[in-house]
Amino acid sequence: MAIIETRDLVFEYIRRDEEGNVEGITRAVDDVSLSVKQGEFIAILGHNGSGKSTLAKHINAILYPTEGTVWVDGMDTSDDESLWEIRQRAGMVFQNPDNQIIGQVVEEDVGFGPENLGVPTKEIWERVEESLKAVGMYEFRKYSPNKLSGGQKQRVSIAGVIAMHPKCIVLDEPTAMLDPSGRREVIRAARALNDVEEITVILITHYMEEIIYADRVFVMDKGKVAMEGTPREIFSHVEKLQSLRLDVPQVTMLSHELKKSGLPLPDGILTTQELVEALGL
Amino acid sequence: MAHAALTDINLVIPDGQFIGLIGHTGSGKSTLVQHLNGLLKPTDGVIYYNGADINGDGFDKKELRGKVGLVFQYPEHQLFEIDVFTDVCFGPKNLGLDRKEVELRAYAALKQVGLEDEYFYQSPFDLSGGQKRRAAIAGVLAMKPEVLILDEPTAGLDPKGRDEILDQIAGLREETGMTVILVSHSMEDVAKYVDRIIVMNKSRVMMDDEPGAVFRRYRELEEVGLAAPQITYIMHALREKGLAVDTDITSVEEARDAILHALAAQGRQDRGVGGSPC
Repeated sequence: MAIIETRDLVFEYIRRDEEGNVEGITRAVDDVSLSVKQGEFIAILGHNGSGKSTLAKHINAILYPTEGTVWVDGMDTSDDESLWEIRQRAGMVFQNPDNQIIGQVVEEDVGFGPENLGVPTKEIWERVEESLKAVGMYEFRKYSPNKLSGGQKQRVSIAGVIAMHPKCIVLDEPTAMLDPSGRREVIRAARALNDVEEITVILITHYMEEIIYADRVFVMDKGKVAMEGTPREIFSHVEKLQSLRLDVPQVTMLSHELKKSGLPLPDGILTTQELVEALGL
Repeated sequence: MAHAALTDINLVIPDGQFIGLIGHTGSGKSTLVQHLNGLLKPTDGVIYYNGADINGDGFDKKELRGKVGLVFQYPEHQLFEIDVFTDVCFGPKNLGLDRKEVELRAYAALKQVGLEDEYFYQSPFDLSGGQKRRAAIAGVLAMKPEVLILDEPTAGLDPKGRDEILDQIAGLREETGMTVILVSHSMEDVAKYVDRIIVMNKSRVMMDDEPGAVFRRYRELEEVGLAAPQITYIMHALREKGLAVDTDITSVEEARDAILHALAAQGRQDRGVGGSPC
């Protein structure tokens, strides 16, 4: 069954001037129909302003469709009755780690979500423990969040979402503000959640090398899904991606350049290992 | 308890260099750059700008801030005027220039970052993310700085947006001879543009060298939360497999040429990869 499904989804922003008169309408999401299966690892790419974050915000009912429908685990997000249930099933992590952590101590921050859900105290602590272990932050449970690095803070934010026992987690550019090791930590945590806990992951990013392990990639442009496929299929279209203001990982780019220079290499090489093998070394 | 955010930093930055400043979160990069334009005062030690102690008596700090322009992270959060043009005028106006000069500079700066006339009289808040970032950078350029410091200017931008902004900065530096210090978490960006990399770790300068020499020490970089560009890893992997390529290479184009050259030299371009070049 689909954990996330959108049908003919349209979202329009209404721009108003200072007096509140309508100046114009921007269609940020334009007729998107897609379906994500439970347990999939999905990546969404797209340039700034392509509509990817607007689409993502529909998944936990921060935004509602102007037209069309979004279902999360079978529940229509326009149905107010299901709002809290939807937000518990589909959690969200944003770009800036400093805007998401509210607790004075790591474990209190992670416990905040389940506490709000009315989970019994004993179970809250169990959930805090398992969530922090899942992202590799258990040893920091007594720390003050402001003593943590960016990557560690993002992992605490992710733990806070997992403690609500979601089926799906949406990560909206979780690594944009992080250093290289922070980026690695966060991506590794997301992959582990997907592999081990079988949580559906939807990762939005501008870093192409972060999505090579995704099951499927959607590329957004002008509010529509412009491309869809496996990372290998998507990254086989170097010029098309560039025309959409995107890029490919350096190893894919290098392989593409070598192929253009006459070497018989396959399209869509994703790792150094694959390149080494394709070169017959 | 006192905590040293910077310890024993000795650096000389000559005119016109393009410097990459890298280091994990909390390594001291931002603290260092805030000393360079006098926003922070050293607890110990001295900073000289063109030979003059910037914290010495009679040194004009206001003038320094015009000469050493600092573009903060997410500078678009600091846009506040009613339209883009007025916002860009703010810096030079504060330098006490006359109105005509202020407007000429604002116009030139907006052109330099590639913002078209049609955006000049729009509210900065109606621009896209990349355009806002440019408008904010123009606000600093309008002060005609001799040194431009950019703290993660491309965070959150799409790949094309990253390239456009950095290409423009690089072009501007060629044109004006300005010194540029780029603080970045993207090793690929740093490798592509700079001629010198300063690596910060635990409040100290850990490395200070040209990019090839810094990325050669990728294992040490990894130990301090950094990395080399993906190309560096590819070149090392190929070398380990016996292909005679230069491992100091940091760009895709150089890597392509080196691999083609090495394969040809080995005479295996035909048999080794199972097919003739087309």
